[in-house]
Amino acid sequence: MPSDLAIPTQAMRRRPRAAHLLGQNAGLILAAVILLLCIVGFAAMFWVQQDRLPGNFEITSTVNNTMPLAVAAIGQSIVVLTRGIDLSVGGVVDLTNALAAIWLTGSLPHMIGVSVAIVLIGAAAGLLNGLLVGLGRLQPIVVTLATLSIFQGLAIRVLPQPGGAVPPGYTDFLVNPDQPTALAFLLIAVLGWMALRRCRLGVGIFAIGNDESAAVALGVNAMRTKIIAYMIGGALYALAGLFLAANATAGDATTGDGYTLTSIVAVVLGGVNLFGGRGSAVGAICGAFITTMIVNILFFARINPLYQSFYQGLFLVIAVVFGALIGRLVRGRR
Amino acid sequence: MTRHPPPNPLPQGEGELPVAPPPAIAATKVSKSFGGVRALREASFAARPGEVQALVGENGAGKSTLIKLLGGRLPPDSGTIMRDGRPIRLANPAEAVAHGIGTVFQELTLLPWMTVAENLLIGREPRSGLGLIRRAELAPRADAVLGELGIHHIDPRALASEISLAERQIVEIVRVIIRHPRVLLLDEPTSSLVEREVEWLFARIRALAAQGTVVVFTSHRWKEITSIADRITIFRNGSEVGTFTEIDEAEAVTLMTGQQVETLYPVLTAIAPDARPALELTDATVNGSTRLDLSLAAGEILGVGGLAGQGHRELFLGLFGAPPLRHGTIRIGGEPTRIASPADAIHAGLGIALVPEDRKTEGLLLPLSVRDNLTLPILSRLSRLGVIRGAAERGMSKAMIGRLGIRTQGMAQPVGALSGGNQQKVLVGRWLLAESRILLLYDVTRGVDIATKHEIYELMMRLAAEGKAILFYSSDTEELAHLCHRVLVLRDGRIAAELAPPALTAEAIVAAAIHDAVAPESHHAHAE
Repeated sequence: MPSDLAIPTQAMRRRPRAAHLLGQNAGLILAAVILLLCIVGFAAMFWVQQDRLPGNFEITSTVNNTMPLAVAAIGQSIVVLTRGIDLSVGGVVDLTNALAAIWLTGSLPHMIGVSVAIVLIGAAAGLLNGLLVGLGRLQPIVVTLATLSIFQGLAIRVLPQPGGAVPPGYTDFLVNPDQPTALAFLLIAVLGWMALRRCRLGVGIFAIGNDESAAVALGVNAMRTKIIAYMIGGALYALAGLFLAANATAGDATTGDGYTLTSIVAVVLGGVNLFGGRGSAVGAICGAFITTMIVNILFFARINPLYQSFYQGLFLVIAVVFGALIGRLVRGRR
Repeated sequence: MTRHPPPNPLPQGEGELPVAPPPAIAATKVSKSFGGVRALREASFAARPGEVQALVGENGAGKSTLIKLLGGRLPPDSGTIMRDGRPIRLANPAEAVAHGIGTVFQELTLLPWMTVAENLLIGREPRSGLGLIRRAELAPRADAVLGELGIHHIDPRALASEISLAERQIVEIVRVIIRHPRVLLLDEPTSSLVEREVEWLFARIRALAAQGTVVVFTSHRWKEITSIADRITIFRNGSEVGTFTEIDEAEAVTLMTGQQVETLYPVLTAIAPDARPALELTDATVNGSTRLDLSLAAGEILGVGGLAGQGHRELFLGLFGAPPLRHGTIRIGGEPTRIASPADAIHAGLGIALVPEDRKTEGLLLPLSVRDNLTLPILSRLSRLGVIRGAAERGMSKAMIGRLGIRTQGMAQPVGALSGGNQQKVLVGRWLLAESRILLLYDVTRGVDIATKHEIYELMMRLAAEGKAILFYSSDTEELAHLCHRVLVLRDGRIAAELAPPALTAEAIVAAAIHDAVAPESHHAHAE
């Protein structure tokens, strides 16, 4: 090669591949570490109180109780990655949870049909958000705050009083009370996430979260990408509503409200950057489990349930500060 | 009002004209306004295959706007863009790419939190049989692509935000080149590059032109323009003045400005013999290397040069405390001073001010007014009981706008609406108002037009004559050679050479930077 066609350089100082992976996935790794610490802490607490390690029952109930949040957090993380935020999670979970309670009956074809219909309703709710944000160029926080109220209102209309019933077969399939089979759904979710990372849509989601005008210059259709991101989010919140109904075996048009905030907490704990473009749905799943584990730990630490939210908040602050410190250390090394 | 269709730009029926192929890319009578400002007025432009065409003119002459129209970043208000003689409409740069038009815009478009490889290969990633991207192959593929183009120093696994500005510029250029454009538009591609990288780019441009690609580029460095361009199109005030194959600098500058600029570089005032050191740095650690010493006297312009990525940025930011240098002692006016943050620097002894290269993200608050930007650091001085004294603020801003010749429609105009050179002046003005005596100027003339450059040079001379101490980094070695009392050439965080007249020439600076890079040991003797 002629020398003028190359840029002469001094010694290359490339960092090893592992260092790149570590630095670029610091949030995810931190989330996994916190989750591991929480599990160890919980096991220790359990040991002290019960003289044995947590067994199948504890694991199964933890997984089943976390499923709705884990699924909702995946949806939230996809929206947040586009540099958006979705406050309508609670409303969609309320609505789909209520619909599940009144529509589901015992026959298998019917259950499948209703489930698909409910997930599509969730996607339609997401489409509304996506159109307002993507096409209307409105601020996500305002749009989804408004649609949150709308979906909550619809939910109350569908199911004014807690009630309805979820057929036992449905519960057994989604959140088997005897075995943590629901983990299989999370495995599917992780595979889905890995596929999303590897297709055009996933690249677009990350690209617009990085820099929307640059992404458009590179051929990303920002409007379509945003709309689809909110639709995927909506469909996943609907799925969360189904898991919630299956776990409670009945419906309640207000139990989903908390998922707006807890899904954001899970996303933050999972290392997804709230300004978009950085993070992983796998982290969000870890974040969801961390959230549940904290509740479990507080329970076994005999903390008065009235103070639960105080300690949860305290933990969140500590985790975020800890995360920022680690991030600064990682960057400081360069 | 009715608008008549634009006249056909191709001469027809004039029998004596030879039938030439249509220009590969052309704009006919394009206009574009931003708010009330007309950036382009009925400008026309054409470039032929296999030619390298330079687009020159002052900032605000409309070069960048024209590139944006040709590259699909902006639609024209009126007029037509033609590709191979056919009118085209471009909704976005991706559509331009589909027409074979690849553009490196002045504002870089790398995605900061994605890797170099992801950025390079976006939209054309290696895929598996299922159509899924093979992520593990991204980095090796990017490495191969970069290597083929002679680039071996950029790590494809690094995030775009982790590499230097020059490296980002190169990645951006490579990303466009590997898409094999038939028309390559480069807006100020060399502004953040040093000589070796410019040579690499020009070799690439020549190779592409030899294959019949049209290359259109803008630059403010005349030497570069004459070394690469086949034809030079001069823009002034939003339309073309003319296209030339031979033109000398003075003539070009006259056409660009409409007035004569006698000499670009003003005469340097000698430093007062009794000048005291304003800033001394001893035993500093820069770029991992230890023991960097420098001393800057009041009234002195001390240049810092060398290849990109040799620690200049770290040094300048370090002296400003953003972040502080890892190790080393700073003396301000002889007093040891700790600078842990920009606030420390601003308030230290004589006051240290930094005018950074990336004024958009590191210095100015673009949506705020010229006045707000000027008076930001001295608001406490301008306030009584926490309330800003508006009259005093306006008076000071007005005086500074006049003193520096900041071209603005008024002090209430948002800084984002000013041209690059005038934005730099606002930054300098801010620090003059803050009464800083030590100015750290980091590549302040990057992307600034020749006339404004001249004004900035004169301003630097005036400030030095008034006793300000100026530490000046520039990626343009000509500037360093002409404007500085002394120049330190950095390599790898060390001072590889200290040059003073008569040894101080652009060639000597380049030689010191390069020779040292090639043979670090043999040249140390006369570098010390």
